[in-house]
Amino acid sequence: MLNNFPLWPQQASTLAGHVDALYIFLLIVTGMMALLVFVCIIFFAARYRHRPGVRAEQIEGSNALEITWSAIPFLIFMVIFVWGALVYFKERTPPTDASEVYVVAKQWMWKVEHAEGQREINELHVPVGRDVKLIMTSQDVIHSFYIPAFRIKQDVLPGRYTVEWFRATKPGVYHLFCAEYCGTQHSGMVGSIVVQEQAQYEAWMNGGSTGPLSASGEKIFAELGCATCHRTDTPGRGPNLQGVFGQPVQLEDGRTVTADENYLRECILDPGAKRVKGFQPIMPTFQGLVSEEQVNALVAYIKSISANKPPGGAKATASVVAPRHEPGETRAQAGERVHAQPNGSQVQ
Amino acid sequence: MSMSMTTPILQPVERENYLNKEYGVWSWLLTTDHKRIALLYLISITFFFFIGGFFALLIRLELLTPVGDLVQADTYNKLFTMHGMVMVFFFLIPSIPAVLGNFLVPMMIGAKDLAFPRINLLSWYLYIIGGVMMLHCMLTGGVDTGWTFYAPFSTSFTNTNIIEAGLAIFVAGFSSILTGLNFVVTIHRMRAPGMTWSRLPLFIWAHYATSIIQLLGTPVIAVTIVLVAAERALHLGIFDPKLGGDPLLFQHLFWFYSHPAVYIMILPSMGVITEIIACFSRKRIFGYHFVAFSSIAIAVFGFLVWAHHMFVAGISVYSALVFSFLSYAVALPSAIKVFNWTATLYKGSIHYDAPMLYAFGFLGLFTIGGLTGLFLAALGIDVHVTDTYFVVAHFHYIMVGGAVMGYLGGMHFWWPKISGRLYPEGWARLAALIVFIGFNLTFFPQFVLGYMGMPRRYYDYSHMPEFQVLNVLSTAGATVLGVGYLLPMVYFLWSMRYGKPASDNPWNAAGLEWKTASPPTTFNFDAEPVVTWEAYNYEELDAPHKEGVPVAR
Repeated sequence: MLNNFPLWPQQASTLAGHVDALYIFLLIVTGMMALLVFVCIIFFAARYRHRPGVRAEQIEGSNALEITWSAIPFLIFMVIFVWGALVYFKERTPPTDASEVYVVAKQWMWKVEHAEGQREINELHVPVGRDVKLIMTSQDVIHSFYIPAFRIKQDVLPGRYTVEWFRATKPGVYHLFCAEYCGTQHSGMVGSIVVQEQAQYEAWMNGGSTGPLSASGEKIFAELGCATCHRTDTPGRGPNLQGVFGQPVQLEDGRTVTADENYLRECILDPGAKRVKGFQPIMPTFQGLVSEEQVNALVAYIKSISANKPPGGAKATASVVAPRHEPGETRAQAGERVHAQPNGSQVQ
Repeated sequence: MSMSMTTPILQPVERENYLNKEYGVWSWLLTTDHKRIALLYLISITFFFFIGGFFALLIRLELLTPVGDLVQADTYNKLFTMHGMVMVFFFLIPSIPAVLGNFLVPMMIGAKDLAFPRINLLSWYLYIIGGVMMLHCMLTGGVDTGWTFYAPFSTSFTNTNIIEAGLAIFVAGFSSILTGLNFVVTIHRMRAPGMTWSRLPLFIWAHYATSIIQLLGTPVIAVTIVLVAAERALHLGIFDPKLGGDPLLFQHLFWFYSHPAVYIMILPSMGVITEIIACFSRKRIFGYHFVAFSSIAIAVFGFLVWAHHMFVAGISVYSALVFSFLSYAVALPSAIKVFNWTATLYKGSIHYDAPMLYAFGFLGLFTIGGLTGLFLAALGIDVHVTDTYFVVAHFHYIMVGGAVMGYLGGMHFWWPKISGRLYPEGWARLAALIVFIGFNLTFFPQFVLGYMGMPRRYYDYSHMPEFQVLNVLSTAGATVLGVGYLLPMVYFLWSMRYGKPASDNPWNAAGLEWKTASPPTTFNFDAEPVVTWEAYNYEELDAPHKEGVPVAR
């Protein structure tokens, strides 16, 4: 219904309905509060306007009234707070089996890379009805990935990953905005989210793929010589990375962290920061040697060799992208099918 | 209210007062009289208000059409940056405290002057030095980071003159700190005999709360600016991740001051509105102690909500939860104030003079501004509307609808005291109406635009022409609003020469400031007043066959 109302944004994700429901609730509640105050003001102003000979009646105040009009609004506020928090939890908790898309923001462009290897600029193709998780970082300043029709927004920061997710519900083309001011062409950093039916999406996905992102990552892994230390056959000088993703890791300083995307990223770019217990600080930094896109590919690769998690998006698109890196096959076999190098620009 | 309610003899304007005691430039530039310093501030902030307003007008004209046709992208970015910096740091923050507060705080508590008159003058000079630096910065190219200075854009990417703009704000910040310090000491130490804390006008309570924020918050923005300048000049690596810094650290530091700064702007306005409502309802303020302590509560809670500007910035879910909760906590004292003002009208004897029209306007706009704050504090909704026009509309309702309405209401209320002249009442009522209509026409459509998803700081929206209709409405409103703001300046200036001489207490208002001459003498009172009555003793003032309370003078 709201989709035809000209002053209302389109609803095109599963989250949009939740956000709109709370928004409408708030419009009603605050509308009633405003009405109550305004009606009182207007009524008092008219009823008690100055008349010659009639004096104001002095009233000291009333503790009972003060408590009432503190307590009732506070209870209403708490309903809004809890409801808002519940919606926020939904927004901030990506489903574990979502397909993954890597986003690199730069002044003034969105670079998108699907786990299957498709690359796009200022556009993102997604199928209807599938959870999509965006793993985002910036090459320069802070940007913000905003899709009004999905009611989602997340700042994209340099030096780390942030994530957001959605499930599109309606085919169509929707606005993508940069919502965090980022310099001269900030208002030009816009694009489109293209939501397609499954069949159309598969057709699009089949055109011009360069092979899965994890395969590119595996190639970079080999080229950079990572495997000389991070061995899977014998204990190496670095930790075995097989199965590490999503698992707790004991650090040298006694802390335990979860090996998520941000941790892997940090270990590549700043290996000394959170060193794994039992290993020497011998790994060199790759800061400046690999582009943001190459880091993304490496992370995707390490995730793909994790025993308990198949590569992102693999389940849903296994039939689409014919040559895939299945968990069972050897990495050597997968490596042969890599067709292209990531061509991301170098980190400044 | 009819001017004949009191019948003091209209005294000749020529009697000696703070305005005609001395003439000449140096008698103004070296004055330590809080009232003259207030006028110095009045002239300076009016100058910056119209500069900031001019930038706003250009912004609205650019947005009349979806394509960027009036100015270049870089020019537009500088326009909204300079609009924000000028309006926030050189108009709103000093507006009521430095003009009306400076003029009235000593008089309202029965003092001759502020505790540190020379520091008061110093604070004006610091403001002027900061202002001149800001003007120089604008004339030599300006700044394009937005008034928020977000790192690493401000520290490592923009090539505009961040350091000079930062130093301008740094210097002006000390002016704000010194004003706050002066008020705190004055309110503690200089109250007249009998002027107990619970007899203080609520204007004083509001300024006391404001001063606490100025004293405790402003040093943090000063430190933040120094760090930005140091990072730009020396590549220290505090905020830029490429140098090992953390960009979110900047946001935490920035908002730790800049959220409480919103209360520096709105609290004094609440104080003004309280005085006006009491006078023109002829009533004691309903729930005096609740209104007083809600000011203090706002000042305290205001320091604990800064990260609600950062719900999508990459902070953890749990810290977002805490800051959302605390944001509702700070909304409560503001709601209590609105309810108490409304209750004050009940069984009053309400007059519709121009100051009261501004107060009604304040109530309407501040209520909408406050209620839309509930939307932004709700985590799930903030994700969608933050950094859109919804936020722009919300904070303009608070900072322009609230703070500027209060400022104008106060200027009208105390103008007879400041200038010794009456302004033309008809024009003043018309201006209040124009401001109210123009304001709503400008900013209400922006709530709708924001929920539709239009991001702020976009100079070109040619990809989304569906936003144009609302933008045209907004620009039309801005021109109406501009007229509404020009009118008072014209008739205030006119009244200084042609206005009718004002009596000492033209509104028959309570408060010690009305027991001085209009305009007051240099030391305000001929003898130290002794206070034996409660604040807002309108019952006694309006009592038949009674002259009102004893005049201390």
